[in-house]
Amino acid sequence: MSAPALTRSEAPKGRPSGKHAAGPPAGRRREDIARSIRRNLSAHGFLIGAVLCFGFFSWYPMVREFLLAFQKNKNGVTTWVGWRNFEQVINDPAFWQAWRNTLLFTALALVLGFALPFLVAVLLNEFRHAQGYLRLLVYLPVMLPPVASVLLFKYFYDPGHGLFNAILGSVGLPEPEWLQSTDTAMLSVVIAATWMNMGSATLIYLASLQGIPGELYEAADLDGAGLWRKIWHVTIPQTRLILSLMFLMQIIATMQVFVEPFLLTGGAGPEGSTTTVVYLIYQYAFNFNNYGAAAALGLMLLLLLAGVSGAYARLNRSSGE
Amino acid sequence: MAAIEARPRTLISPAQLGRRRGKVTYWIVFGLTMTVFTLVFLGPLYWMITGGLKSTAEVIQSPPTPYPKDPSPETYGDAWDRLNLAKLLGNTLYYAFGALAFQLVLCVAAAYSLSKLRPVLGNVILGMMLATLMIPATVLIVPQYLTVIDVPLFERNLANSPWAIWLPSVTNAFNIFLLKRFFDSIPQELLDAASMDGASRIRTLWSVILPISRPILGVVSIFAIVNVWKDFLWPLLTLPDPDKQTLNVGIYSLSTGVSENVLIAAMTIASIPTLLIFLIFQRNIMSGLTAGGLKG
Repeated sequence: MSAPALTRSEAPKGRPSGKHAAGPPAGRRREDIARSIRRNLSAHGFLIGAVLCFGFFSWYPMVREFLLAFQKNKNGVTTWVGWRNFEQVINDPAFWQAWRNTLLFTALALVLGFALPFLVAVLLNEFRHAQGYLRLLVYLPVMLPPVASVLLFKYFYDPGHGLFNAILGSVGLPEPEWLQSTDTAMLSVVIAATWMNMGSATLIYLASLQGIPGELYEAADLDGAGLWRKIWHVTIPQTRLILSLMFLMQIIATMQVFVEPFLLTGGAGPEGSTTTVVYLIYQYAFNFNNYGAAAALGLMLLLLLAGVSGAYARLNRSSGE
Repeated sequence: MAAIEARPRTLISPAQLGRRRGKVTYWIVFGLTMTVFTLVFLGPLYWMITGGLKSTAEVIQSPPTPYPKDPSPETYGDAWDRLNLAKLLGNTLYYAFGALAFQLVLCVAAAYSLSKLRPVLGNVILGMMLATLMIPATVLIVPQYLTVIDVPLFERNLANSPWAIWLPSVTNAFNIFLLKRFFDSIPQELLDAASMDGASRIRTLWSVILPISRPILGVVSIFAIVNVWKDFLWPLLTLPDPDKQTLNVGIYSLSTGVSENVLIAAMTIASIPTLLIFLIFQRNIMSGLTAGGLKG
C-alpha cells in the first residue's frame, strides 16, 4: 500500500484559526464569511468539470428534447409549430405498428428475459460444484461487443445454412424462417437479446438468493413444504424487492430496444415486423432529418416510461405498508 | 463432504442431498446443466473462433461442419488487413482509455466534493445529476447528437473527434453515485487528521481517499472501458468517418463487403479484448455488478 504519505512528524501547522483571536465580532464574521466563500469556491472547483459535462451533454439536451418536440427546422430557420409534430407522428402508418412491436418485444422479453435468469439463478444456487464456472458462462455473452454477438445470431438464424435449422432439421423438427418471416422475426430478436443480456440479471439474482437466511428453508422443511412451495413461499417473497425492481428495469430497458433489431434485421425487418419505437425515432432523426418528429415520439416514450416508473413507485409503497 | 456441510442452507436440505436418491438426482441435474450451459454459452464462441478458420466455401456449407476441415489461420490475417482492424482497434482503445481518464478525474473530483467538501447547492447538483438516470438514454440521443455537432457557446462541431465520446461519457450519474456512496463511508476523522497535518484538499484526495477507494475505482474503470467498447449507436452517429470508427461500427459497416469467414474472424478479434478483461477481472466485475446495485 502506498499508505498516506503524510506523517505525524510534520506536526500540525496550527492553522490561523479564529478560535483564540478575540477580535471584534464584526471582523470575525467577515473572516468567517471569507473562509466559507473560499471553502465553497474550492469545493465547486472540484465539481466544475463534471457539472460542465452534465450541463452540455445531459441537462441541456434534456431541455432541448422538450423544445424540439414543438419546433420545426426548415433550411436553418426554426419555427414553433405547436402540436403539429405530434400529429404528424401519430398519423404515420408506422406509428401503431412500432408501438405494437415494442410492446410485443417487451412482453416476450419479460417472459424470457425476466423469468429465465431467475430460474437459472435458483438452479445455480443449489449446485455444490462448478458454480463459478457456470456463473462465468452465463455472464460471458454480456462482455462480447454487440456487433459480434448479434452477427453471430444472424448466421445461426440463416434459413439456408444456419446452425439452428441444421440442428432442428437433424432431429426432424420444423425449420422456421426465423428473421425472415413476420411471425418469428420478433421472437428471434428476443432470443438473441436474452442470450446477450441475461448474465447481469442472473448474477444479481444469485447475490440476492445468497442473502436468504437458511433458517427459513429449515422451517419450511419442518412444515413439510415441497420444492415448489418453498420457492413460492420462501424464495420469491425473500427476493421480492429485487425481483420487482428488476421487473421495472427490464421494462424500461426493453421498451428502448434498438441495437438488436437494427443489427439483426436492419431495423424494420420483414414488412416492418421488427420496427420499434426507438428505431422509428432513429429513422425520423437520421434518415429524414426530421428532428421535431423524432423529439415528439421520444417525448411520448419518455412519458410512458415515467408513467410505468410512477405506477411502480406507487404499487411498491402501498404493498410495503 | 465437509465443504457441503459448511455451505449456507439453500432450497434443498443437506439431508435430502445426502440420501441416495437425492445424490443421483443432484448429479443428473448438475450434469445436464453443465452440458446445456456449455453448449449454449460456449458453443457460439467455439463456432465463431473455428468459423474464422474455415474456408469461404466451408463456412456457408449446409449442414455446418463441426470443426474446420482444413484450418487456415490466414483468414485472421486477411480480416486484420481487409477490415483495417489495427486502425479500428487503435481507435477503440484510444476512445476507451480517454473516456476512462475523463471519468476518473472528473467523476472522482465531483464525488469527492459532493461527499466531503459539501459546497452550497451540492445536494441540488447531485439531485440534478441523479435525475438524468430517470431519462431513458435513447430518448436523449437525438438532442445529444444535435448538441455534439454544434456545441452551444463554443460553436464547435465535435463529430469525428474523440471529444464526442469522451465528454458525454462523463455524464454517467451512476458512477458519481457509486463513488460518492463509497466516499461517504470513509470516516471524517481520517480527513481531519490529514488536514491537521497540513495536507491540501488535492493532497488529501490523492493520498488518503484514493488509496482506500481502490476497489470502487476498479469497478468504475472496468465499466467505463467496457461501456465504450460495447457502445454502438452513439459512435455510429458521431464518428461517421471510416478512419475514426470504433470496432463495432467499423465491422458493421464493412460487414456486407467481405466474405463470411473473414467477417467471422474479424468478430473474433473484436471480442478478444473484452473477453480478456472479463477473464482477468471477473471477480471485480461480478462484485461491482452486485455491490453497485442494479445497472441492468
